[in-house]
Amino acid sequence: MSETSSTKKTVLYNLHVELGAKMVPFAGYDMPVQYPDGILNEHLQTRQSAGLFDVSHMGQVVISGENPAEIIETLIPGDIQALSAGEMRYSFLTNNQGGILDDLIVTRRENDLFVVVNAACKEQDIALLADGLAGKAEVTELTDRALVALQGPKAAEVLARYGPEVATMSFMNYREVEIDGVPCFVTRSGYTGEDGFEISIPNGEAEAICRKLLSESEVKPIGLGARDSLRLEAGLCLYGHDLNETTTPISAGLIWAISKRRREGGGFPGADVIQADIANKPAMKRVGILPEGRAPAREHTVITDEAGNAIGEITSGGFSPSLGIPIAMGYVPLDFSAVGTKINLLVRGKSRPAVVAKMPFVEQRYYRG
Amino acid sequence: MSYKFTEDHEWVLLEGDVATIGISDYAQGQLGDVVYVEVPTVGDEITKGDELAVVESVKAASEVYSPVSGEIIDVNGELEGAPTMVNEDAMEGGWFAKIRVTNSADLADLMDEAAYKTYIEGLDE
Repeated sequence: MSETSSTKKTVLYNLHVELGAKMVPFAGYDMPVQYPDGILNEHLQTRQSAGLFDVSHMGQVVISGENPAEIIETLIPGDIQALSAGEMRYSFLTNNQGGILDDLIVTRRENDLFVVVNAACKEQDIALLADGLAGKAEVTELTDRALVALQGPKAAEVLARYGPEVATMSFMNYREVEIDGVPCFVTRSGYTGEDGFEISIPNGEAEAICRKLLSESEVKPIGLGARDSLRLEAGLCLYGHDLNETTTPISAGLIWAISKRRREGGGFPGADVIQADIANKPAMKRVGILPEGRAPAREHTVITDEAGNAIGEITSGGFSPSLGIPIAMGYVPLDFSAVGTKINLLVRGKSRPAVVAKMPFVEQRYYRG
Repeated sequence: MSYKFTEDHEWVLLEGDVATIGISDYAQGQLGDVVYVEVPTVGDEITKGDELAVVESVKAASEVYSPVSGEIIDVNGELEGAPTMVNEDAMEGGWFAKIRVTNSADLADLMDEAAYKTYIEGLDE
């Protein structure tokens, strides 16, 4: 396709091609959507053993300055000051209407913050951070590092062979660890619902480390296709689909990411809207949805009440390889958000029954020490 | 009696006035793991070019268009419980529907096996 010529490549591009990946343009990058094993097998591999994902397209950013933890709180509702060095938190950039501009992960380090943002939003985010923090903190994108995720029940055992210290890390913790002698930023985190790590590696060493990890019998390469089905089973939001600049954290069910101090104190864009949302309840809420039967209901599928009135829309939907059934998430009015509520989905013009369901669809298995 | 192919990767096998329709092995490989197939209703009339079936992979839904006009006289009920048959046996066990063809001229502009092979080789370049 003509897009290939203008798309960027990660430093692992040649390895993907060598492994037989099907490459597709994603967020401006040529990325592996699947390898020869296929999405179903890759998904189950990650749930049962371990999978290696290239997420180098995501933005890695360092924010440094006098007191970056305090300064960044002017742009995000996350309680970053409550973190000790080596701890990390999920948060989001908000606009003045309380909508979400991107979701991100902030790690507090000894002297700065290490932030990972979505590939599709990284230019916007970096500009927003640089503008918003101008004169108070310095914002630097780490273009000299690759980012990979090793996810699955065998991830810790495998990674500890190359960096024994990772074994004792807890979920949502950061450590600088030598992986096979190479200084890496390692976080115990991920986007699959499984235990696992994200590893930031200097560009020059990334391919060699990936080859070593892939040489372990427990590990296989996993593409973006399975990354999406894994995160959906885990009930995790995908920015641009389940979250956008019009969804507020409360309607998205992400109030847990805003501490009591930040809810009360405000001081971030849209704080008044979000505080009102908390007090008055939001109009719409993100819920899990189980379609009856085997037909998946995809993004933008219209949700109706049992009388056929349109009440909302699916924002992520597909097939759950672990459960062998279709799963979805979407937004419905608060009155329809209770687990067990019967709804209908308009799939290809036909109304099909579904039910509001608890998320995650597959139990999260994070390592909390 | 031999397979004919469309540019959209459907195959047609005409026996008398009954056409069996499926998707090619190349197509199933492009789609990846099939998790659901929506087949038409027996007794329905279909016009050439109309949506005949929908094949859902983990990632996306793809429409299958009817290469012929006629009446749906049978559908592959086994796909309901075993949609991966489309991956494993695209050219035989993974068929979608049988259509009693009203105009066999519908098949005239389709490719034979050799022409289709050349066609997909061109796509992979």
